[in-house]
Amino acid sequence: MNVFIHELRGEMKLYSRSRELAFFTFMLPLIFFVLLGSVYGSGDKINGYRAADYLLTGMIGYGLIATAFAGLAIVLVIRRENGVLKRLRATPLPAPFYIAAVLLTTLIAFAVMAACLIALGMILFGASFPKAPVSLVATLILGGATFAALGVAITGFIRRAEGASAVINAIYLPVAFISGAFFSQKHFPEVLQKVADVLPLTYFIDLVGDVMLKGTQIWSEPKDVAVILVWGIAGALLALRYFRWVPRED
Amino acid sequence: MSSAVSVHELRKSYNGLQALRGVSFEIAQGEIFGLLGPNGAGKTTTVEILEGYRERDEGSVTVLGEDPATAGLDWRQRIGVVLQSSSFYDSLTVAENLALFAGYYMRPRPIDELIELVGLEEKRDTLVRSLSGGQRRRLDLGLALVGDPELVFLDEPTTGFDPEARRRAWETIGSLRELGKTILLTTHYLDEAERLSDRVAVLRDGQIVALGHPTELTSTLPATEIHYRRNGQDVVLQTEEPTKVLHELTTEALAAGHELEGLEVRRASLEEVYLALTREERE
Ligand SMILES: Nc1ncnc2c1ncn2[C@@H]1O[C@H](COP(=O)(O)OP(=O)(O)O)[C@@H](O)[C@H]1O
Ligand SMILES: [Mg+2]
Repeated sequence: MNVFIHELRGEMKLYSRSRELAFFTFMLPLIFFVLLGSVYGSGDKINGYRAADYLLTGMIGYGLIATAFAGLAIVLVIRRENGVLKRLRATPLPAPFYIAAVLLTTLIAFAVMAACLIALGMILFGASFPKAPVSLVATLILGGATFAALGVAITGFIRRAEGASAVINAIYLPVAFISGAFFSQKHFPEVLQKVADVLPLTYFIDLVGDVMLKGTQIWSEPKDVAVILVWGIAGALLALRYFRWVPRED
Repeated sequence: MSSAVSVHELRKSYNGLQALRGVSFEIAQGEIFGLLGPNGAGKTTTVEILEGYRERDEGSVTVLGEDPATAGLDWRQRIGVVLQSSSFYDSLTVAENLALFAGYYMRPRPIDELIELVGLEEKRDTLVRSLSGGQRRRLDLGLALVGDPELVFLDEPTTGFDPEARRRAWETIGSLRELGKTILLTTHYLDEAERLSDRVAVLRDGQIVALGHPTELTSTLPATEIHYRRNGQDVVLQTEEPTKVLHELTTEALAAGHELEGLEVRRASLEEVYLALTREERE
């Protein structure tokens, strides 16, 4: 257990030292929220919510996919390709401790970011305190676990550290847009709406709106939970199957 | 004393390519064992099987009393590994990298002692990303030693070094001898194997073609060379029966009434033995 705490501390230090992670996955959602939030007037409505409130749920979704999926995947690919993961395998650090420390660090970063977003919303845009806080925490954990599983899974399909950020950006940015992180999907062409209807981030953002703004409890939204969970389980299975500790030879 | 490493008839193929074709050797506790061979000889394959990274096809392998394919975390407490390519956390300093890895071991060596051992005192608080290639390799060695292992694997620890950096690395590796570590070192530099190892195995094409103390190698191989010139052409004969060959040669020359110009008989140096052993491979 001491070893786990030691590794968790190490991971947190590494996270805080990484400027790319700090900016792209942590600061950017906060910056977008402030910029976009200032564009809407206080009377504007999106999907029946106040515009700033809607944007807050979208930015939590954007923050989720940026941190738990993109940031995690890029870090793991880089560590695998530069041989750090291989080196770790030669040490007595238990693999489950390592994976758990990496995932927990990611989830903590996401939780801190979500808290910052909510605080910014309350201070700058008159958002109210989340109406169903316990369900919100459960939603964040569900989303964090699901996107982290997908993030680990995607590493198995990326072959080199050099192209990793490009490939991952090309996946998560469009997904964030289509899932309605930045604006309502109402005016999207039908095809995009169909795509949006299967993406887990759509359901996550919807669920965050339900519990944070409407005050619905998470168990009253079984469809949202089920879709997210299915993606999470698929991600976990793919992660178990395709995650590698060493670069592919050849 | 029982062997630290024991390898018997080890075989390994990659998609039909036979990388190891029956390799056997033993490493005694406290011994520095050199695995010498050109690129592609099978050094990394051998070492990574012993480290537990790769699976073998056939043969038996025992490392510190266990089969590396199934050995657990307790076994990993006792080994140290320098891989063929360096890897660390670039955003941590030298001391922070060592401290992070030290935390995985039951009895880690003190960080500052390690830093001194590998000669990185001045870089202690420097971020790893700004170290030179040679300094990175020394940190590699530091990380391999952080758990105070009994057995250390070094895969080409000085490849790409300039002569000065190599000399310093040799000193460091030499100082491990005094710590009583067992070391398996691979290299394609003959002088390195000769300088550091108690015994050397020459690996070529997945087979050990010579094994012994560096000075023994010169005697177990076609070790005596007879040089002379005939019709302006240099002739070199390698033989293990120099007396007989020389006798025949001189008898023939006397009978024919010509002089063996530039006649010279000498013991092949280890360098020549190594070149001869590995030259055949290129043909
Ligand atoms: N993972 C691999 N897949 C396919 N072939 C490999 C692999 N690793 C090594 N080889 C081949 O096996 C032979 C031995 O390689 P290696 O053990 O790396 O030699 P060395 O370390 O002595 O240079 C070479 O021909 C190499 O190309
Ligand atoms: Mg090699």
